[in-house]
Amino acid sequence: MSGTAEAAPGAARTPGARLPSPRPRALWLAAASAFLVGAAVLGVLVGPVHIGVGAILRATASHLPFVHVGSKLSQAEDAIVFELRLPRVVLGALVGAMLAGCGAAFQGAFRNPLADPYLLGTAAGAGLGATIVVAYAPAGTRGALVPAAAFVGAVVAVAVAYGIGRSAGGRGAVSLVLAGVVVASFFTALQTFVQQQNVDTVQEVYSWILGRLTTAGWREVLIILPYAALSAVGLVLYGRLLDVLAVGDEEAASLGLDVRRVRLVVVVAATVGTAAAVAVSGLIGFVGIIVPHTIRLLVGGSYRAVLPLSLIGGAGFLVLADVIARTVIAPAELPIGVVTAFFGAPFFALVLRRSRVTAT
Amino acid sequence: MSAVELSSVSVRLGGADVVRGVSAAVEEGGWVGLIGPNGAGKTTILRSIAGLVPYAGSVRLRGEEVARLGRMRVARRVALVPQEPVLPEDTRVADYVLLGRTPHVSAFSRESAHDLTVAGEALERLDLLGFARRRLGSLSGGERQRAVMARAIAQAAPVLLLDEPTAALDVGRQQQVLELVDELRRERGLTVVSAMHDLTLAGQFAHKLLLVDDGLLVASGQPAEVLTEELVATHYGASVRIVADAELGVIVVPARALAEADL
Repeated sequence: MSGTAEAAPGAARTPGARLPSPRPRALWLAAASAFLVGAAVLGVLVGPVHIGVGAILRATASHLPFVHVGSKLSQAEDAIVFELRLPRVVLGALVGAMLAGCGAAFQGAFRNPLADPYLLGTAAGAGLGATIVVAYAPAGTRGALVPAAAFVGAVVAVAVAYGIGRSAGGRGAVSLVLAGVVVASFFTALQTFVQQQNVDTVQEVYSWILGRLTTAGWREVLIILPYAALSAVGLVLYGRLLDVLAVGDEEAASLGLDVRRVRLVVVVAATVGTAAAVAVSGLIGFVGIIVPHTIRLLVGGSYRAVLPLSLIGGAGFLVLADVIARTVIAPAELPIGVVTAFFGAPFFALVLRRSRVTAT
Repeated sequence: MSAVELSSVSVRLGGADVVRGVSAAVEEGGWVGLIGPNGAGKTTILRSIAGLVPYAGSVRLRGEEVARLGRMRVARRVALVPQEPVLPEDTRVADYVLLGRTPHVSAFSRESAHDLTVAGEALERLDLLGFARRRLGSLSGGERQRAVMARAIAQAAPVLLLDEPTAALDVGRQQQVLELVDELRRERGLTVVSAMHDLTLAGQFAHKLLLVDDGLLVASGQPAEVLTEELVATHYGASVRIVADAELGVIVVPARALAEADL
């Protein structure tokens, strides 16, 4: 998609005509949504027990109120679809949307294309929280406590990073990022300390760190949903202001933007979203970089398009990655973080190469 | 009432007094050139007018104190073209120019039809309609400069601040950019304040020059009054010859005897 090839329609515009609004075009929204729906259908259909599309549709209809269609699924099959596969697909979609959307937001807030959702220490904070619970909480309560502890850890880490960054006197993004690095190292050290004291639970911590979407029904979905919704709405509302921030703090201020407030709101919204995702799924890498970059290559750099499309595209991407994680070494399952890294790293190298070519 | 009025403006940055008690006024529709050696404080004076640095003293825009106006309202009155603008590579030219409308759009709404029209006109005025959908990263130096100017024009502020608008341009482009600014100034009644390196061009385009050195305003007035061999020698440490030309104005030429061939 070269710029020159696209100059023609602009040139044909009548003089004095109005500019097109930088909102995402309906076509792209439709394409991203179709991708998500396709991935979700695949996610529900694929599994060790074969259940046909027709039967699933009938069963879905039978669950709806006022629709009198009998399901042909056995009770076990019904449970597989509605208590195992569907919640997992929905969870994957929510986590993917958060990681991709928050990745795009961090890239905008810090004007750094390599920023990822874990930039300000979210991952280390969540890791510490989860490790403490795994190490010290009674076995039966861990399942419920790990997400909460990971969430709290992530939010605390970012808050500390933000506090250090501010007190370092920097209004700018650099001191904040450096503070994030410092906080991440410190929290990782603490986590390692706790882990080494409790070697019997190391395995459990590692499986969390590698990321996974295993669920116990709808519980995780309900945990993450309110935070995801809040974060997504906040980010989409701030898309236009992130576009202004793209010209740098000084110029953005000369355009009337309250740079510090915008960055704070975006960081808070993205932290809440990332923390919620990390809390239920552990650390799933690359989604926050691959998805927004792909979208930028396709539709350009405006955050008004990149943010909503990253949310939708990220959802579809992670659902698809989960299908691969479940099937590639079936009946065993790969950690989904391994799948995203396996496809993500080479893909990322391609994106880098491509962006360098188009930039010159 | 002056479009811009500075009274005893001082700015302290990083423990250094960068601007020290500068007073000056810029008339509505006029063009004032800020000259002075590197690090004299020209950029900081422009930033104080744009409300981007805290200052002591008073900076007034048509009588309104900049520090009390609030960011959005300053941005509706003053457009600043920095020396090295940040051009996000992936941003399309049309979207970039539309950023100029930021101070006219309230927080969570989007650009009105009027905003899109004004930005479209700015694009057209700078012959960039054919580039509307191009990414900034794909533009040449001259095209980038025009995109930045278009954004400033779209801002529709009565005061235009330019920080070394011709620094990286060849002699032809320098003239084109400055002629363009002058046309826009006449067309729209803009008030222009520009920091400039090239003294001859500064004298040709600005109606009034302010010579600053080490944060102090050391001379001001008509180009012929400020561009003297003594002042330039004192404040730039440069040896120049001033040639007064009836048609071209004051010409500042580096004074050096021709090199003899070492053959």
